[in-house]
Amino acid sequence: MKTTKLNSAHKKLGGKMIDFFGWEMPVEYSSIIEEHMAVRTRAGLFDVSHMGEILISGGQALDYIQYLTPNNAARLTPHKAQYTALTTPQGTFVDDMLVYCFNEERYLLVVNAANSDKDFQWVMDHKKGFDVLIENQSDSYTQLALQGPKALEILQPLTGIELTEMKPFHAARGSVAETGALVSRTGYTGEDGFEIYTQSDDPEKVWSAILERGKEYGLLPIGLGARDTLRLEATLMLYGNDIDDTTSVLEAGLSWLVKFKKGDFLGREALLKQKEEGLKRKLAGFEIIGKGIARPHYPVFVQGEKTSEVTSGTYSPYLKKSIGLAYLPVSATEAGTVIEIEIRGKRVEAKVVPLPFYKRD
Amino acid sequence: MYPDDFYYSKDHEWIKVDGDAATVGITEFAQKQLGDVVYVELPEPGTEMEFHQSLGVIESVKAVSDIYSPVSGEVVEVNEGLNDSPELINEDPHGKGWIVKMKLKEEADLEKLMSASDYEKFLDGLED
Repeated sequence: MKTTKLNSAHKKLGGKMIDFFGWEMPVEYSSIIEEHMAVRTRAGLFDVSHMGEILISGGQALDYIQYLTPNNAARLTPHKAQYTALTTPQGTFVDDMLVYCFNEERYLLVVNAANSDKDFQWVMDHKKGFDVLIENQSDSYTQLALQGPKALEILQPLTGIELTEMKPFHAARGSVAETGALVSRTGYTGEDGFEIYTQSDDPEKVWSAILERGKEYGLLPIGLGARDTLRLEATLMLYGNDIDDTTSVLEAGLSWLVKFKKGDFLGREALLKQKEEGLKRKLAGFEIIGKGIARPHYPVFVQGEKTSEVTSGTYSPYLKKSIGLAYLPVSATEAGTVIEIEIRGKRVEAKVVPLPFYKRD
Repeated sequence: MYPDDFYYSKDHEWIKVDGDAATVGITEFAQKQLGDVVYVELPEPGTEMEFHQSLGVIESVKAVSDIYSPVSGEVVEVNEGLNDSPELINEDPHGKGWIVKMKLKEEADLEKLMSASDYEKFLDGLED
């Protein structure tokens, strides 16, 4: 299995290690519920170095990114990022990702760990005719995420970057714990927080400094288990579950990502056609009303007919109930609609709820 | 750690026997492996169980696990407390986190199970 530079740190902290798409990562250290609630009420520190980083540079870097993605990357100024996707000609997902603008000729794509190689190959395969250089920098980056209401207080003493002035989706270069880093006000939990990217050979220095600083605030290291429950409560997509190359950007409820007027991009025609014809299905959120926990692939029934399967489902530690997502016929996506989830052969009632399940104050 | 008066299965269930009355739960090792228990599906009292038949399901945040009946018998009582407080299984797996009470049908089934010291050796073997 591949390991991040913090592998021994996780083991020293008692991390329960699992194989996550070929990476040895901690799924939890103490308890998923405890870690989840720490992020919601205080702060948590994640090692997400397994994610991929692809650098696109050159005179046509922006043009190429505009071609590959549905969002308008021309709106990015240096040190700004946006959520976007790599789309297929059918308007479905190769991956979802963040694009960071370093300058007009230098952009960094931050992609899902599971798709790192696939995305790099996609970006290489489509660059013909564009004056760009593509570099897979995934192996050189350590990426940490510090998330929670106390994140800023914990991080500020460790960096000269003025964090209170950093708006969401903005970034800055500086140092954290005397280590060169890029810091952005981004995250995957629904809380305020920062992601820290460093190419240093000694990233454990940063990890330990944050944990030490965070002790008095009740900062905990957080594993992939809580990462998943946090992002689902905040209704952030997970490729392979909620989105993939069979689901369109519009069906996933991400129409705000699609800027038709920005110019041509892969999938534009297909998405425009879909918009004009109207969607047949849409990703909706539900809450189990009966007894049980919804999980990925459990069959979903609307008025007695099987329509789809649960894409993501779990027990929500904050809401203390089972929540999930599924593609439903558009007519069934209104909040309050009662559907059924089949759990071990028994149909359990659920109701459609507005998204996101959780929004911070 | 592991009570001497319990018998243990390879699937990490424990059973405490008093005549033909038995109490069943999962072990400390099992609760630790599972993580936070958030839901337990219990059988109906009166259900007949065969040795190693699925008694019910324990769900942690991340996973669904079957509980296997360590003996043949009839379920006479289930721990209703687990409906509101499934975390009892994590907090006190050998005590308040008991899962079902059964009427033992075949005492010879106990021969298929391990003593506390055999179970501890079994656990050591797993860690290698």
